[in-house]
Amino acid sequence: MIELKNITKTFYDRKTKVEALKNINIEVKEGEIFGIIGFSGAGKSTLLRIINLLEEPTSGEVSINGKDLLTLKERELRNVRKKIGIIFQQFHLLSSYNVFDNVAEILRMNGVPKQEINKKVKDLLLLVGLEDKADQYPANLSGGQKQRVGIARALAMDPDILLCDEATSALDPKTTDSILKLLLDINKKLGLTIVLITHEMEVIKKVCDRVAVMEKGEIIEQGTVLDIFSNPVQETTNHFVGNVYENMITEDMLTALQGDEPSYILRLAFRGDTALDPVLSEVASSYSVTSNIVHGSITYLKGTPLGILFVHLSGDADKLKQAISYLEEKVYRVEVIREISGKPKEVLV
Amino acid sequence: MLDRMDELAPLFGISLYETLVMVIVSLVIATVIGIPLGVLLVVTRPNHLYPNKWIFQLLNTIVNIIRSLPFIILMLAIIPFTELIVGTSIGIRGAIVPLIVYIAPYIARLVETAFLEVNYGIIEAYRGMGASRFQIILRIMIREARPGILLCMTIALIGLIGATAMAGVIGAGGLGDLALRYGYQQWDMPVMFGTVIILIVLVQIIQSLGNYFAKKLKMSG
Repeated sequence: MIELKNITKTFYDRKTKVEALKNINIEVKEGEIFGIIGFSGAGKSTLLRIINLLEEPTSGEVSINGKDLLTLKERELRNVRKKIGIIFQQFHLLSSYNVFDNVAEILRMNGVPKQEINKKVKDLLLLVGLEDKADQYPANLSGGQKQRVGIARALAMDPDILLCDEATSALDPKTTDSILKLLLDINKKLGLTIVLITHEMEVIKKVCDRVAVMEKGEIIEQGTVLDIFSNPVQETTNHFVGNVYENMITEDMLTALQGDEPSYILRLAFRGDTALDPVLSEVASSYSVTSNIVHGSITYLKGTPLGILFVHLSGDADKLKQAISYLEEKVYRVEVIREISGKPKEVLV
Repeated sequence: MLDRMDELAPLFGISLYETLVMVIVSLVIATVIGIPLGVLLVVTRPNHLYPNKWIFQLLNTIVNIIRSLPFIILMLAIIPFTELIVGTSIGIRGAIVPLIVYIAPYIARLVETAFLEVNYGIIEAYRGMGASRFQIILRIMIREARPGILLCMTIALIGLIGATAMAGVIGAGGLGDLALRYGYQQWDMPVMFGTVIILIVLVQIIQSLGNYFAKKLKMSG
């Protein structure tokens, strides 16, 4: 659906060369919600604007439904853009128009007949839950309501794609939730493909199917949200998924866990719909190892629970290895975080 | 002063009429020139709708040059140009040309600031939705900048009244001419005083109306 190939964007700030985007490759599939996450200054916003060519890449290819956008003339490009809605962190509504006119203006620009506009705008306001606010001005609306107007406006031309530029970053958590629900809703109802950028992992967790993690103009990791959460590789990704166990496992704890036998601290990721208890007790009994849960948490990814457990496993070295390979079979992801050697045996003289 | 009312009333009447003619005609024409000029000063900036360094620099320099001349000097300096355009450099006709040359760049500069206050994000939003650049200028930028433009026009109008008074020097008639001939040359204090009152009232009315309508536009938006 959306394909970005080898995108680079370089610009000059005075005489300094700034590489805003470096060799970006992304493919967004039809109907999915694709998230791009990164700290501010990572280049997410520039990348999002490349999709509808509000920003032109220095090199690379941008194609939508197989059509290479960089070869289009302005008029053709405008026709493509009409099918790509966009919403913003700061909403960017027209302050001199009321809610109705804010949604209607783009339809008027495209010469849609008045009656059709009336019906269309009414339907859209109903969809975003603002049917009673049609004659209010943006200045009198809350942030969440403004974003709803933004969404209604973005949907006016029946787009196939919706770009969200930090659409919830200016909103409080409760309002963020309601806007995200609305996005999920229109994604399902209208089959809309959504690309969103954010710096909040919560947003990715709640709505995205796939995610790309950006840092310093590059995509350092991408995959399904489940994969990224169950097995984050890069440091920044770990940071975003709240997987910074370095601070969690302290030296004191390691000393306390050190026994006569060697042991491991494992990170187990499991789909929440599969219970882990039997697996752990099975391992304990069939390989005669001891298992202790050190830490556990459950994250919901688009409603599906993903469990993360930190387990301390101790026992005979060979048995331990067997136990781990058994776990690897049974559990979604297994990662050895720490290896703790057994206490050196006291030698009697 | 009151005992000379019969004599002075028509004098003030005619002068006020002449002032208003000069102001209105030059304001209308200067607006037609000034607003597009103001738009160009905004959209030709780097990273705007029609970035063009050369046009921007050229217009910017012209506006700066004209804006740095006091009206009385500008009026005298462009006499050949005025004669070329309207065939005379005196009277109301002779005054209107320099008034336009003086106030159009003024309007352009004021309108420029009003346009710059339109958040570029809004422009980007409509570009992203496939609106043409022309539609964005006409239907988004001008519409959003309306309250600001109205206040600009109020300021320009008051500046214009000040300039018309100086046009009295070239025999353009109007309140300035009246004050010059009666007030200054004949030291006729009641006429001078009357002119001052009329000007104060005129400017007050214009400013209040401007504020009122700008506020009204803002409330509806």
